[in-house]
Amino acid sequence: MIPLEYFLILSAALFCIGLYGVLARRNAVLILMSIELMLNAVNINLVAFSSRLAPSEFLGQIFAIFVITVAAAEVGLALAIVIRLYRNRTSVNVDEIDIMKW
Amino acid sequence: MNITIAIFFVIGIIALVGALGVVASRNVVYSALFLLLSLIMVAGLYILLYADFLAIVQILIYGGAIVIVIFFALMLTRTREMPLRLDNPKKPWAIVASLAAFALLATTTALTHWKILVTTPERVSYQVLGRTLFTQWAVPFEIASILLLVALVGAIVIARPGGRE
Repeated sequence: MIPLEYFLILSAALFCIGLYGVLARRNAVLILMSIELMLNAVNINLVAFSSRLAPSEFLGQIFAIFVITVAAAEVGLALAIVIRLYRNRTSVNVDEIDIMKW
Repeated sequence: MNITIAIFFVIGIIALVGALGVVASRNVVYSALFLLLSLIMVAGLYILLYADFLAIVQILIYGGAIVIVIFFALMLTRTREMPLRLDNPKKPWAIVASLAAFALLATTTALTHWKILVTTPERVSYQVLGRTLFTQWAVPFEIASILLLVALVGAIVIARPGGRE
């Protein structure tokens, strides 16, 4: 059986790569892709804990299904916003979008 | 070394390479393809965790839907920008922050004594999973469906051409 720590370390690495992407990228679509990586890392954690600590209740799997649902909704809405932004400003560079900043 | 652990290392390394490709690639289309690779490897991890329903859901929703939508968004928002402008000028700080977060998470994981309750992991059957989802978790399930409907309508309203500018 694969130790729980292996999954936790792997998901921590995936999460931190996603974090780096969110911080370092300027293209809004690339930032969204990094957020997807972070959500996936969280899901691995949930499923790993569920399978190693309480496999008969599989709460982690249920939770992961809801996380995937929310991620799908989030991607749909966020990409609609990005497309709208591109139409209004001809740019998806998050540094140039400062109309709500003062 | 156990064969399962060997498979885990192969899948994990491919997933990490894919994730690094997402954040380091100079071409946005390659980034999306690396994202697909990483997400499918995560589905492999679910299979190793005996969560095969989640693996199928992962491939269907992430590989089938989300990556395609991301490709559409990349296609519709193509700019003639220089590749250098994909990255923030303050990139070294991002590296420091993410490495610090990883160090924190890894040391916490290594120092904690996990009380593993199971010695042989068991597979959850689809019937049990579905029944639980529709009885014990019926209300969150319905809320999730309303959330998806709201997101669908919202995406159409936001991305619709014309309207109020």
